[in-house]
Amino acid sequence: MSGIPHDHYEPTTSNQKWLHSRLPIVGLMYDTIMIPTPKNLNFMWIWGIVLTFCLALQIITGIVLVMHYTPHVDMAFASVEHIMRNVNGGHFIRYLHMNGASLFFVAVYLHIFRGLYYGSYKAPREVTWIIGMLIYLAMMATAFMGYVLPWGQMSFWGATVITGLFGAIPFIGETIQTWLLGGPAVDNATLTRFFSLHYLLPFVIAALVALHIWAFHTTGNNNPTGVEVRRTSKADAEKDTLPFWPYFVIKDLFALAVIMVVFFAIVGFMPNYLGHPDNYIEANPLVTPSHIVPEWYFLPFYAILRAFTSDVWVVMFASWITGGIIDAKFFGVLAMFGAIAVMALAPWLDTSSVRSGRFRPMFKWWFALLVVDFMVLMWAGAMPAEPPYSTISLIGSTYWFAYFLVILPLLGVIEKPEKAPATIEEDFAAHHAPSQAPAE
Amino acid sequence: MFKTTGIAALTALALSGGGAWAAGAEAHIEDTDFSFEGPFGAFDQVQLQRGLKVYTQVCSACHGLEYVPLRTLSDEGGPNLPDDQMRAYASQYEVFDEELDDYREAKPTDKFPGSQLENAPDMSVMAKKRAGFHGPYGTGISQLVNGIGGPEYIYSLMVGYENPPACAPDDMDGSYNVAFSAGAVPAECKDEHGNSTIPGSWISMGQPLWGDDVEFNDGTEATIEQQAKDVSAFLMWTAEPKMMARKNAGLTGVIFLTVLSVLLYLTNKRIWAPVKGKKTG
Repeated sequence: MSGIPHDHYEPTTSNQKWLHSRLPIVGLMYDTIMIPTPKNLNFMWIWGIVLTFCLALQIITGIVLVMHYTPHVDMAFASVEHIMRNVNGGHFIRYLHMNGASLFFVAVYLHIFRGLYYGSYKAPREVTWIIGMLIYLAMMATAFMGYVLPWGQMSFWGATVITGLFGAIPFIGETIQTWLLGGPAVDNATLTRFFSLHYLLPFVIAALVALHIWAFHTTGNNNPTGVEVRRTSKADAEKDTLPFWPYFVIKDLFALAVIMVVFFAIVGFMPNYLGHPDNYIEANPLVTPSHIVPEWYFLPFYAILRAFTSDVWVVMFASWITGGIIDAKFFGVLAMFGAIAVMALAPWLDTSSVRSGRFRPMFKWWFALLVVDFMVLMWAGAMPAEPPYSTISLIGSTYWFAYFLVILPLLGVIEKPEKAPATIEEDFAAHHAPSQAPAE
Repeated sequence: MFKTTGIAALTALALSGGGAWAAGAEAHIEDTDFSFEGPFGAFDQVQLQRGLKVYTQVCSACHGLEYVPLRTLSDEGGPNLPDDQMRAYASQYEVFDEELDDYREAKPTDKFPGSQLENAPDMSVMAKKRAGFHGPYGTGISQLVNGIGGPEYIYSLMVGYENPPACAPDDMDGSYNVAFSAGAVPAECKDEHGNSTIPGSWISMGQPLWGDDVEFNDGTEATIEQQAKDVSAFLMWTAEPKMMARKNAGLTGVIFLTVLSVLLYLTNKRIWAPVKGKKTG
């Protein structure tokens, strides 16, 4: 599968040959698990395994929860309480599923920012990056619909607010909103279709994950230096790489076990810490909560959504030039989806010839600022939409767009990159050879 | 532990100069020590039984526990009532049986009745739906560091009834409570920006506990504070009946995974040793 030269599976017994000539599935698994992997990968390369684990965890716990859950507006809340009280182990499975979503997003954000720093999105890995962005979008849709299912106050009002975003689309928005909701407002039809899609989408994600892995197994992994594995011969390739099994499997499992310690501590000792307490109040269409706040992982983009109010000049300009078709609400929706779109376009916006941020002295600082910006937006998203938070959100949103649309293209021109090592072998030796690093 | 930590101070810390952000007023929440706080904390069964008595003789006049099965009163991780006591307790309630199309004596498999009063909220998960002093405006620090949550809120509400402040007119509906932030505040008690100048607000529920409302079997003196604390603990149990099982599972998981982490660390180190050692050596 990989373009990196390496040994392939050879069937030896007659039974193996029989199967291999009919369905080479053992060979596929062998090539996947023994893929040559750059030996200098650091601990930011563990999140892929963590994410795969999260997907499996969510699907398995989710399938069990479905056995006891009732998707009906009169019974959904009570059925969740039934799971918490009467189903054997139900309380723990539900808390695993609830907090599993948070772990999933922690991992995906670290995974994405890893890619942004080490230039993993750059050629030839653009397709991997785009598929990754599609996975991220599908994750957000899945998480959002899953949050509606317990039918608490935040479920209901979150669904009302988010589907309302589609209503902001000019001309066709209301039709789309009605179609999404299955009626004029969030009701039983909304709950049942969200339930159906919440069950479906994880399997779509699983398929996308397979494509994601296929894509980067074709190009080979990126690595902290951004220097490509030598493909001139098998001997050269073996100097730069190690097989995925056992070296990286064991390393990734070690990291996963450490993360699981923290995860189990949260599930066991403070399972509701990341959730909103209002979701323990059954949904009531007649009572609007005083503050509608999405889950933490949506907050940065929620801040961008709310940052562009009608008194911001770009909004006024957009409104004037389109004759009022783009109002503040629609502008906010465009900005929120645009924030993800510009990130998806990073492979074509980044003009630098150097892949890894490690050898880009100016890029490092702008990237660090982007990470800070993300945190600030997350915080601002939880704050009320009024000064000074609206101003902070606006500044944060502006930087987000500026990073991708201005800074990335410009840096490639003005920045003088440092010299990267010639090979991965050289980088690895510089870090690990005892003769060269006696102080270690 | 901070003995009295005002939510006001905490939100002020989180906001620092936030200005007029909430319609409701700031409220005073006592940080109360409960036996079930922390990773190793456990429910005090005798306290839960006292709390059950307070609920039964005071709260249940208006409030229900519609999600709580009566049989769970015998749960080991809960009040742990002996089976006969639980059955006797259940039989005092009447429930409507759809098959009989009539009322009958409640069985252990039935749930507590719902609220008797239309505007009295059900209390099954009250301790969890009032748990969030961290959202949307706080930072979660109070909950993380002090373990302040729903039971503290319920306790503070029970002991938070005070004489109305001087600024309030005499004809206010409801009762003044320093721990209740979601109620009405008269215009006379707000400053020029519309911010409340007093802690708490007016709540429609009249003061439920006055001291000696019940007589505890174990001889504990039934002060307002004692009864409030006991019923808060009881409501934490109704909201999170599997807390003990959950903490046990979490602790088992943490210990098991820690051992696994160490083993995997050593395995990883050993596997990589030849690769990391032999280069250019």
